[in-house]
Amino acid sequence: MQSEPDALAERPVPRSLSELFFSFTWLALQGFGGVLTVVQREMVEKKRWMSNEEFIEEWAVAQVLPGPNVINLALMFGGRHFGLRGALVSLAGIIAVPLLLVLVLAMMYAYFSSYPGVAGALRGMGAVAGGLIAATGFKLLKSLHKHPLGFRHCLALGLVCFVAVGLMRLPLVAVLLVLGGTGVALSYRKLAR
Amino acid sequence: MNEVLTLHMGWPEWLQLFLHYVVLSLLAVGGAITTAPDMHRYLVDEQHWLTDTQFNTAIAIAQASPGPNVLFVALMGLQIGLNNGGLMIGLMGALLTMLGILLPSTTLTYSAARWCHDNRQLRGVRAFKQGMAPLVPALLIATAWLLVSAYSNPVTDWPLWVTSAITTVIAWKTRTHLLLLLGLGGLLGWFGVI
Repeated sequence: MQSEPDALAERPVPRSLSELFFSFTWLALQGFGGVLTVVQREMVEKKRWMSNEEFIEEWAVAQVLPGPNVINLALMFGGRHFGLRGALVSLAGIIAVPLLLVLVLAMMYAYFSSYPGVAGALRGMGAVAGGLIAATGFKLLKSLHKHPLGFRHCLALGLVCFVAVGLMRLPLVAVLLVLGGTGVALSYRKLAR
Repeated sequence: MNEVLTLHMGWPEWLQLFLHYVVLSLLAVGGAITTAPDMHRYLVDEQHWLTDTQFNTAIAIAQASPGPNVLFVALMGLQIGLNNGGLMIGLMGALLTMLGILLPSTTLTYSAARWCHDNRQLRGVRAFKQGMAPLVPALLIATAWLLVSAYSNPVTDWPLWVTSAITTVIAWKTRTHLLLLLGLGGLLGWFGVI
């Protein structure tokens, strides 16, 4: 965050509300089984609206606040650039078209659910979606190299978090409180110097 | 599917439904899907507004279609409306539940994010953002793990695991278009390869 002023100066920004709307619609429509993978790919890698470090910090905030993470992220990003209007436009962009689509799909489902191919395709896409989410996680690990706590400590925290949520299936709220609280307390001490 | 519900909900009940989602919205730390167990308790077990199958189908369809996962909430509203006997009521139900799940959390997020941004130089705000950051990759990998481990039979499901593993490497190391990968996965599944 310290290098933010010069980093912002050279980074592309969304130029208009309509660009914001269509960008979020486009990325929402690419996101099967969750949009987060696509958000990182589009906003960080393609449009370069955020760095990996900013993305991970914003996402941490979006994750801790209640509500769908990706929608929180869109709101925060739109609000940052165009105020309340930007937040509402980003929200509409990420929701409106996918909502219409899912309602249509739900009504069509009754007709097509009997085809064996449909269930198989869903299975296959589900497996790919899992891989895509994992890949985003691995990509973001890289951004922890610049973390004040040091890469190894970050990895250790991450590993405990994976075991708690993925393997032991503990409630997320508790995990965020305990592990997140530890991370925040350690960072707070480190930032004091 | 096998069981048909016919409901005659009045305004007080629709209001209850709306308020239930308003409350869940503020509890949905980590995404709306984390409150699905409570929705099941309320909608299926307590109020009998949805059948078990209808509940599961709503989640499955939302997972399989593009867009944020929270859209499964709209499908529950839709189905409750359809159970009340009409498409228009269904659409109203979808809007009502979406509004309920989104309004409180988005208002809170917008204000909190603004406050955080205005005070981003504060030590506490910086420590908060950076302290949570190491958990983000871990949570993503854990989510992927949960999705894949739902297919828990090694004999029949190993091709799915291999697919997920290969996808992880391709998407991590290359810039292959994500839709291309999903399309390939869909095709392999359609023809029963995986």
